[in-house]
Amino acid sequence: MNFASVAVFRKIRPPDFGCMVRITACISPYNNFSRSISTSKLLCKQEDVFKDLEKEFVKFRQKVKDVLPGSNWTPFHVTPGLPPERADIVIVGGGVMGWSIAYWLKKKEMIRDAVRVVVVERDPSYSRASTVLSVGGIRQQFSMPENIQMSLFGCSFLRNINEHLGVVNEEPIDIQYNPCGYLFVANESGATILEENYRIQKEEGAKVVLLTPTKLKEKFPWVNTDGVALASYGLENEGWFDPWSLLNAFRRKALSMGVYQCFGEVTGFKYSTREMVTSDGEPVVFKRIHHVNVQMPDSKEYQPVECALVVNAAGAWSGKVAEMAGIGTGLPNSVDAVKLPVEPRKRFVYVFHSPDGPGLDCPLLIDYTGVYFRREGLAGNYIAGLSPTEEEEPSISNLEVDYNFFHEKIWPDLASRVPTFENLKVKSAWAGYYDYNTFDQNAIIGPHPLVNNMYFATGFSGHGLQHSPATGRAVAELILDTCFKTIDLSAFSFGRLCYGEKALERNIV
Amino acid sequence: MRRILLHHNYYKRYYGYTKKRYGDYIAAAYYILSQNGGVRFAGQEEWFRADRGGKFSWDFLKFKNIPLEAVDASETLMNYDGLDNLVPLKELKYLYMNHCPHIDDWCLSRLHVFQDSLVELSLAGCTQITERGLAALHHLRHLKHLDISHLDRVADKGLVCILLEEMLPHCEIIGMSTEDGLTSLTDESKLAKIRVQNVSDT
Repeated sequence: MNFASVAVFRKIRPPDFGCMVRITACISPYNNFSRSISTSKLLCKQEDVFKDLEKEFVKFRQKVKDVLPGSNWTPFHVTPGLPPERADIVIVGGGVMGWSIAYWLKKKEMIRDAVRVVVVERDPSYSRASTVLSVGGIRQQFSMPENIQMSLFGCSFLRNINEHLGVVNEEPIDIQYNPCGYLFVANESGATILEENYRIQKEEGAKVVLLTPTKLKEKFPWVNTDGVALASYGLENEGWFDPWSLLNAFRRKALSMGVYQCFGEVTGFKYSTREMVTSDGEPVVFKRIHHVNVQMPDSKEYQPVECALVVNAAGAWSGKVAEMAGIGTGLPNSVDAVKLPVEPRKRFVYVFHSPDGPGLDCPLLIDYTGVYFRREGLAGNYIAGLSPTEEEEPSISNLEVDYNFFHEKIWPDLASRVPTFENLKVKSAWAGYYDYNTFDQNAIIGPHPLVNNMYFATGFSGHGLQHSPATGRAVAELILDTCFKTIDLSAFSFGRLCYGEKALERNIV
Repeated sequence: MRRILLHHNYYKRYYGYTKKRYGDYIAAAYYILSQNGGVRFAGQEEWFRADRGGKFSWDFLKFKNIPLEAVDASETLMNYDGLDNLVPLKELKYLYMNHCPHIDDWCLSRLHVFQDSLVELSLAGCTQITERGLAALHHLRHLKHLDISHLDRVADKGLVCILLEEMLPHCEIIGMSTEDGLTSLTDESKLAKIRVQNVSDT
């Protein structure tokens, strides 16, 4: 490169040999009296040069190495951490869903480096990400067969996690799985639904058992069975684990397979539009995303990443990302006008200590009032929470915790269900966002009908973590094999939002 | 590891035929014997075991519909998928899984199928088990003896022992004591420190 040689002259400056010449001229034998005895400037310079000569040589060597090919140095300054200019698939959102999709894409590609995957995450500290703030449960007790299948696959994935996500020469992964099961407790009005769900779960192969109040009392003597008509208890493959370990395992493995990671915020898309007419004569606007604008943190600089596909795995902020692509802006009563109905909803989780609470056998108990709690560790600490009603939804502007909510709404129900919790002491709490699907609280997986190269993997409303391995595989199958190969998740397509057909999940916590 | 699991999967497929022809008990016995373990049928005193060369006698085929009462899978390579062969044994009373390197918390969660019958369980030296898996043993209501010695990955052994004793009140727990992790108070220097601390507090 020609300008490299220009830069060589400017950058490389050999140590200042010039002054030495001057010194020798000074110390000539003919100038007896012009030789200065005191510390003149020139003499000081001479000493400095010899003192720092080693350092100057080291600097010189480093500069020569930089100029030679194979080094990172370029004459223009390149912002560190920029995403590549071109990529095949850009995944917006670096939570467990985004990294799971990245991993499965790399796992399923037929040829090495066939797809260039970039995962863009806004917050490297994950301080507001739903993944790490999650309670971390995994259960098969759902009412939709697809959800049950996804959880079953999630379990078998986590069981063999070192086979799937193990990296050579790194430590084995420990997700700290507690196989304690989920216990759903229902009153008279909820008993029929529980039985119906139990039938569906048994058909799909989940190991669940129904308990009458007497059997429940026998198994868990600390439960107060007043008002309980039926309970359903998961025997196997249910429990909770550490979401941060799973996220890091996915990330480490995906990075080792060649996925590019970029910390930046997606601020817009460059897309082209085409006015088309459906078979019914309805005019629609067909969009195709060409570039994803990724803005660097704390800077106005952005990089337009040219891409073929965009995967929206931005969790609670998927709605905003979808708006950037123009989804939801269009003539009313058309497919264009259907927004992505995912919005952030704040949920609180409280940690409390109870000295006489349930012991090691404590499952994750979910009451019919919606209050849930589980054991945390061995020292008598428990975690509890409740999804508030629509009217009581807290503000999502920050992640501050409202302790009054616990005292007013959760504690009374907790104490009535487990009498030993009457003397509990709240130790701390945190809040996180659900990526809440306001339409039917179930996932939205698949491409948008009009913005054909945006795929969604969002809207899980509180059960995304346990479905992340299965969803990652499903989206990778959609992208690379163009159809679902293992679990058929067409019930979660975006199309149902356009037709207004709800895929309702009855067991939302 | 993958080869060992494939090995197990191969055996699982084969046992489908054995199960149909001879029944669950014979299939389980065959699986355990081929893993160099031991089995004992109900009402019998002698154990069927493989010798050092891996050969075992086929006499166990005589006990076609007699339930298996005791399984000794110590030092075998049994894992989660291998437990598929043991899960149909509804009358299993004694299960010994000492020093099995692949038995982990997930495997312990499968033991709930023996909740009505299991009387003795031994998990000594299974290095992958943690206290989280031990919590899954609460299903085993009739358990009388539980051997959990040398479980290196269990943290806070003393506390875990207390919690387990509360969880399984009729069970005798061997291998872990409630004093694990407590420092001895007979050491004079430690006693002196505690006395000085008390004086400064008051």
